[in-house]
Amino acid sequence: MGISVEEVRKVAMLARLLLDDEELQAMSEQLTKILDYMELLRRVETSNVEPLAHPLELVSVFRPDQLAASLPREQALACAPRHDGQCYLVPAVLGEL
Amino acid sequence: MNQPYEIVIGLEVHVQLLTESKLFCGCSTKFGAPPNTQTCPVCIGMPGVLPVMNRKAFELALKTALALNCEIARFTKWDRKNYYYPDLPKGYQISQYDLPLSRNGYLEIRDPSTGSCRRVRIIRVHLEEDAGKSMHDEVAGKADSRIDLNRAGTPLLEIVTRPDIRSPAEAKLFLTELKLLLNYLEVSDCNMQEGSLRVDANINLHVTTPEGVVPTPIVEVKNMNSFRAVERALSYEAARQYAEFLETGKRLGEVPKQTRGWDEDAQITREQRTKEESSDYRYFPDPDLVPVITSEAELQAIRTSVGELPAALRSRLESTWGITAYDSEVLVHQGRAFVDYFEQLARVCGDGKLAANWMQQDIARVLNDQEITIEQFRLSADQLGELLRMIPERRLDTRRAREVFNKMLETRQTTAELVAQMGSVELDDRQIEDICRRLLAENPKTVSDIKSGKIKAVGGLVGQAKKINPNVDPARVRELCLRLIEEMD
Ligand SMILES: [Zn+2]
Repeated sequence: MGISVEEVRKVAMLARLLLDDEELQAMSEQLTKILDYMELLRRVETSNVEPLAHPLELVSVFRPDQLAASLPREQALACAPRHDGQCYLVPAVLGEL
Repeated sequence: MNQPYEIVIGLEVHVQLLTESKLFCGCSTKFGAPPNTQTCPVCIGMPGVLPVMNRKAFELALKTALALNCEIARFTKWDRKNYYYPDLPKGYQISQYDLPLSRNGYLEIRDPSTGSCRRVRIIRVHLEEDAGKSMHDEVAGKADSRIDLNRAGTPLLEIVTRPDIRSPAEAKLFLTELKLLLNYLEVSDCNMQEGSLRVDANINLHVTTPEGVVPTPIVEVKNMNSFRAVERALSYEAARQYAEFLETGKRLGEVPKQTRGWDEDAQITREQRTKEESSDYRYFPDPDLVPVITSEAELQAIRTSVGELPAALRSRLESTWGITAYDSEVLVHQGRAFVDYFEQLARVCGDGKLAANWMQQDIARVLNDQEITIEQFRLSADQLGELLRMIPERRLDTRRAREVFNKMLETRQTTAELVAQMGSVELDDRQIEDICRRLLAENPKTVSDIKSGKIKAVGGLVGQAKKINPNVDPARVRELCLRLIEEMD
């Protein structure tokens, strides 16, 4: 069990992380160690344990369908690197080839 | 034309739920607000915020799933679907992966021309949040894209069908029936223009060849902005896939799945750039949301709120009122209030077929002309029923009833008043003239009074005319008598 440099490269791309060869190598080694540890855990007998969807014992937490104040637009846009006062501006997103 | 292939279509429909606030925060879901005025730290993904599920959204989702005959999961949870796109501020969408709130349903569709029914199976119905909206400046090619996050976090229902649909027309039929169902459930307004109903389709062909049936690669078609567009896009796509198959011979599995967008102006589909590695969403349970457990009592409460659904309603109208499948189709399509009016009308006039005809012709015409809904129509079903009842009772013919109906719309007078006034049969011009001539001959005194300027005296003649025949139109008698007297000189 392990994770190759190629696999790390793919996951890094999906997570939009730019890693150089050295970092990819390091990540591959560290993640392999983590996966080895998971492999160890996998050996524990769990057939009688119910799968856990959430560590908290709470379930069914809801809020009523009620309006609350939204942020003033200036404040919402303030954190963006670029905006035009109405919208966030990002490099062109193209739908077609 | 008999094509050597079968078309196989599955649909993925996203429906915006009718809630006041978003799925995980209190921002408004109202359409049309200025960009970025309905956002808060939760829905724009600021660090440290926590989503809390909107109860109404969850209930509407369950209601829809029940109406679609789905199995409801007693235990359901939410997962993060990870991908990067500028309109997705958190970098993930909160959706449902392995434990959706419902699965294995179906929707029955009936072809109105043949009356034949087909079941389209539903794989799953789940609840997720919407993304924001990106706007591109088409003209300035390289310009920035502008992002509006008002829609981010709006509750969406995702409804996925099995590939059970066999033609573009059937796809449209399914969508029409689904939309009607959602309207009856009052879970969504299904307004495609405002994006509250969106459709993607997966389509391929099963081509019959000398070597057996060959499936072509599956294509996902997007950007279809109306049900008509869905039908056209799928027809185009089927023809395109067949031509491509003849040219390349490529079959399912030999090329990666393609996404194509419908170009409404050009009426063609075009290949789209897909989000890289988009199949790899690395789902994992959202630690910020706890699972939801639904009790039998809660489920029962929602079950009772479902009410009578279009398919059941149609059969009931047909059996109760003896109307045709076509009639019930049209009536039910107009919505619950229209059907309620119809049923009351049929009850009062005692003739379902007659009531159905009037609903589809006279009433529909008035609603259309006045651009109003049945709720705003000024005649009650009881009033109109009183009038229509006179037709089978042979007290009024249809033509006269129509005139009384039009008068009722103008005057607020009751059916009884109008029929007494207008009579039950319209007289032709010749008959009225005969009555007038006879009256003038019998009343020389009145005639000379009128000649000498006492126009009011004509009233006496009108009164006598009504005694001779209550069907005369008093205004016409008056007008005709005066004209005949004038012509005497
Ligand atoms: Zn918000």
